[in-house]
Amino acid sequence: MLSLKLAIKNLLGAGLRTWLNVIALSFAFVLIIFYNGMIDGWNRQSKKDTIDWESGKGQFWHPEYDRYDPYTIEDSHAPLSREILAEIEKKNLAPVLVSQATAYPQGRSIGVTIRGIDPEQTILKLPSATLPASNGTDYAIIGKSMAESANLSVGDNLLIRWRDKNGTFDAREIQIASIFKCDVPIVDKGKIYISIETLQEMLGMENEATLLVTGEGFEFRELNGWVFKDNDFLLADMEKIIQSKKVSGSILQALLLIIALIAIFDTQVLSIFRRQKEIGTYIALGLTRAQVVGIFTVEGAAHSLLAILLGSAYGIPLFLWLNRTGIAMGYAEDMEFDLPLAEVIYPYYSIRLIIITVIIVVITATIVSYMPARKISKMKPTEALKGKLQ
Amino acid sequence: MENSSIIKIEKLIKRFPVGKSEFTALNDLSLTVERGEFLGLVGPSGSGKTTLLNIIGSLDTPSQGKVTVIDQSIASLSHKQSAKLRNRHIGFIFQTYNLLPVYTVYENVEFALLLQKLSSSVRHKSVMDALEWVGLTDKVKSKPSMLSGGECQRVAIARSMVKRPEIVLADEPTANLDSKNSYHILQTMKDLNKELNTTFIFATHDEKVMKYLNRKISLEDGQIVKDEIIQHSKN
Repeated sequence: MLSLKLAIKNLLGAGLRTWLNVIALSFAFVLIIFYNGMIDGWNRQSKKDTIDWESGKGQFWHPEYDRYDPYTIEDSHAPLSREILAEIEKKNLAPVLVSQATAYPQGRSIGVTIRGIDPEQTILKLPSATLPASNGTDYAIIGKSMAESANLSVGDNLLIRWRDKNGTFDAREIQIASIFKCDVPIVDKGKIYISIETLQEMLGMENEATLLVTGEGFEFRELNGWVFKDNDFLLADMEKIIQSKKVSGSILQALLLIIALIAIFDTQVLSIFRRQKEIGTYIALGLTRAQVVGIFTVEGAAHSLLAILLGSAYGIPLFLWLNRTGIAMGYAEDMEFDLPLAEVIYPYYSIRLIIITVIIVVITATIVSYMPARKISKMKPTEALKGKLQ
Repeated sequence: MENSSIIKIEKLIKRFPVGKSEFTALNDLSLTVERGEFLGLVGPSGSGKTTLLNIIGSLDTPSQGKVTVIDQSIASLSHKQSAKLRNRHIGFIFQTYNLLPVYTVYENVEFALLLQKLSSSVRHKSVMDALEWVGLTDKVKSKPSMLSGGECQRVAIARSMVKRPEIVLADEPTANLDSKNSYHILQTMKDLNKELNTTFIFATHDEKVMKYLNRKISLEDGQIVKDEIIQHSKN
């Protein structure tokens, strides 16, 4: 306590030098929290959007289905039992039939995934209700990114070719009924949504589906012939990508912190050289060498406490404001991140994040303060009293 | 007041390395100091005055010989024990005052007591008493940079006396002061010596100090060449 009291007094007495260090360290402190808050906010939002648009509360998959292996899709379908149909009727399950196809926009050919979806489903945010019933014309909805890459607009006809359950190629023109805006790449990129009934008829798979998306009202139980995949599994890849972004971001944060810590280290080294007489005086007044090392270490570490106070003074209002207004990211039409990127990200600052950042800043500042302070224990008090460089 | 030996030095030798050879700063020096003495170590630069003060103050250790201060052998003290000896029993006064620049006069004087874990009310009384001895009660909130040299040295005296030490070691305390301030400082120390029976040991070659001393030890080349008891006339 005595060391802290003396250290704070010495720090405040040092004036501008202290405040320059404190300002540099407070920037690092605020930026670390800001960056991590941003990533955490992005993470939460990505998960929420993916759940809302794609995974629901989990999915039942056909046992053969592997979302990363297009060759499994051909065999990944099964009839819907009465039990499942009843749940679909109650809007507790949304069946999805998946097929690989080739689309020919303006004479080009692109590989696409056709997803048959129940137009009346309400579990996913997909605007399936905008799919008109077939009236001699079959309709599809696509995402904005898909529309951009295939150069398609509402009302355009698109030729698609697929293989039915017997492996026979077939082709048909479908009309784009609407284009939706969604920031989840796996929902948008390369996907064409049509009515599940239409797709079942196209593939010759009446009353069949590849997967079933569960909704809020579904009381979880095993469904015979289907394998349940929870959101931990369904969102695992996204989690990994976000974690890797966190790691790459931490390099930038470490650099920021190192710059601030070098300033403290430099000040400490300078202090120990310039304040030898003071060190000698402390020893003459009866402080042990360990106590003097303690004073100088605490003095350096106290930079971090002042930085946290200063950082809080401007960081808290800034974070609250950002948390309320969010940070505009623009609409990422090319979806190059492979991650959902909302137009506005709301940073999320958890208590855990703040506590960990405070601990990192205090511990690292203490270590860099202690390193030069150790020199004091090797000083001769008689030389220090004269202010002689040792 | 009862007089008894507070410092006992026997055959003290202190050597310092100088390059590959050694310099002998104190050579076979023996000395006994009684409680309440007002003693001056005089001699030219390099005669060993400051070295002797540093060893008595346990800031340095003997190369050979035995130094006992308040019944404690300096050579056998650990870092912690010598720090405790300085904190409880020895006050220092330096030529350049060595005040802590960021602290006020009050805080500089209080500093020595902070380590003794006294209550703040006890500390406050002791600090104000010490500042009263040196006539600086009106400067409690001033920083050292706002004081004259004489005032700084008075603060240093208050700091050394606030814990009521048994020994005060003063290294050239008047060297940076003008005559008027020197006399004032010396008179203050003399009064404290009489009032509290504190033992004062000066290293000095300031003639002004001499007339206050009751014992003068002359050093040359690390040896005592003269040890005089000085009797002052009452007037």
